[in-house]
Amino acid sequence: MVLTRTFDEKAVALQRTGRLGTYASSLGQEAVAIGVASAMRPEDVLLPSFREQGAQIWRGVALKEALLYWGGDERGSAFKEQKEDFPVCVPVGTQFPHAAGVAAAFQSRNEKRVAVAVGGDGATSKGDFYEALNVAGAWKLPAVFIINNNQWAISVPRSAQTAAETLAQKAIAAGMPGAQVDGNDVIAVRDAASRAIERARDGGGPSLVEAVSYRLSDHTTADDARRYRDEKEVSAHWKEDPVARLRTYLVSQNAWSKSDEETLIGECVQAVGAAVDEYLSAGVANVGDIFDYLYARCPPDLAHQRDEAVAFARESDDG
Amino acid sequence: MGEITLVEAVRLALARAMEEDPHVIVLGEDVGADGGVFRATEGLLQRFGNMRVRDTPLSESAIAGVCVGLAAQGFRPVGEIQFMGFIYPAVDQIVSHASRLRNRTRGRLACPMVLRAPYGGGIHAPEHHSESTEAIFAHVPGLKVVIPSSPSRAYGLLLAAIRDPDPVVFLEPKRIYRAFKEDFADDGSALDLGRCFTLREGDDLTYVTWGAMIMETLAAADDLAEDGIRAEVIDVATLKPLDADTILRSVDKTGRLVIVHEAPLTGGFGAEISARVAEGALASLLAPVRRVTGYDTVMPLPKMEHHYMPSKVRILKAARETMEYA
Repeated sequence: MVLTRTFDEKAVALQRTGRLGTYASSLGQEAVAIGVASAMRPEDVLLPSFREQGAQIWRGVALKEALLYWGGDERGSAFKEQKEDFPVCVPVGTQFPHAAGVAAAFQSRNEKRVAVAVGGDGATSKGDFYEALNVAGAWKLPAVFIINNNQWAISVPRSAQTAAETLAQKAIAAGMPGAQVDGNDVIAVRDAASRAIERARDGGGPSLVEAVSYRLSDHTTADDARRYRDEKEVSAHWKEDPVARLRTYLVSQNAWSKSDEETLIGECVQAVGAAVDEYLSAGVANVGDIFDYLYARCPPDLAHQRDEAVAFARESDDG
Repeated sequence: MGEITLVEAVRLALARAMEEDPHVIVLGEDVGADGGVFRATEGLLQRFGNMRVRDTPLSESAIAGVCVGLAAQGFRPVGEIQFMGFIYPAVDQIVSHASRLRNRTRGRLACPMVLRAPYGGGIHAPEHHSESTEAIFAHVPGLKVVIPSSPSRAYGLLLAAIRDPDPVVFLEPKRIYRAFKEDFADDGSALDLGRCFTLREGDDLTYVTWGAMIMETLAAADDLAEDGIRAEVIDVATLKPLDADTILRSVDKTGRLVIVHEAPLTGGFGAEISARVAEGALASLLAPVRRVTGYDTVMPLPKMEHHYMPSKVRILKAARETMEYA
């Protein structure tokens, strides 16, 4: 969680100084990402939206890769260590049907693995969300759907998003269990996610977990939440900051000291700093790459366009 | 006279692909016990079981999205959209994900899926059952778009599409599902994607068409032959990636081109072919390129659909005018 926060802070700073593209911070929602990721096994598959960098990093996506992606470089989704997880999904809610497909693959192969998709509160208004839950229920798939209910879909508050009393209850329509959990409590998130994931792994079918959190940041660096959100509301939610809550708990258990904290923060800052150096020195890929990965083999028709682009880039010394 | 219809060829290809590769999975609405509303999947459930022949909920976006997930996991899903008119809820999954997965992960994940859909008019079907919107998909980078026009080509091209490592939208001209039969060996031989088929050779005029329109076009070519005009007939078969070379070579030979398609004129795939010829064979043209297409109207309901569909008479008229042009 501390690494995620350190990463988010650095990413926003890079964006503000023109060295990263638009970035979606997960400030205040670190417990959702880490609670879920820590409940998964390595062989499970994560299907994130665009605010699960904490979960991605936990599961082996390199910090440098995450920076590359948000810096506008496809190589950032060519994860070297994490072979099967899906990349960031930008079109809201469209990752849920993929989770059903991945889960159907596990079911077809009789594998005890689980597909875990994560989306936001706004995503539960999408047809794909319901279509995915419905097919997962009908086929009893080993899939778990996590909703990071951070109360805001850009400027639309949870209260205006749906008249449903909870997002968890949307599971009922698909014939699966739905649980609501305190998304600012990493231990609670991990517990709820573990129950759902192990149930799916044991053949019990899919379920939905709504983790109730709060988006302490803007939607992205391209957003200014002061246009639509009272700052008093935000400051009130800082009292639920999941990182501070975990620290308080650990200290109360005599399991955490100031020097532990200093060491951890130092390690995180160092890891992120090293990743930033790698990212900034990664250079730009070859122009041919925009053609070379579109199909397994570049069709002759497209190869002509590739030749043209490569030649133009060479002429302009930008290849 | 042959023995195999186009829809039977689809079924034979599916069965053959499933037999030779356990990763091939068929899914869609009513594909199981019902064998598909056109019977393209008849008998597959009994033969391969319900893990490989999956009836889906009535949920087109889920069909396409589940195919993406299965394909990323190494399966070769063949999803069926019951009619092309119902494909639009799945377009987000096709355009935003299936077509992009390989590229956006730089090859880490791939999407070897096929999405089949019967398309086109002329069978007096209800509203939303008769459109031809292949150009929408041909516009999308990362997809392949294939349209067979005979039983043997349906068999060979569908096998190729299933074995292809990238996503293929496979549109089946349902008007000729049972219009004629062919004989061919069910031996698992695929045809190449990305290649036009020259169905008839000629020196005077080039007809370029695809799907069910090959029926009217070949009939028109027969009529022209009676007048001593030898028309070459090219079945495009794969709209994307386009085999422009075959078309350009033919136009270089004949100097006259008539493009025939059922889809509306504006932005139809005929416009792309016409542009390629303008770019690559302008000096060979002896007459302006002509397009005989559906109109830029909503597909009429059955009582008037015959006014919309390009007829042999219209196809002939365009050819004769092209021949008479200087």
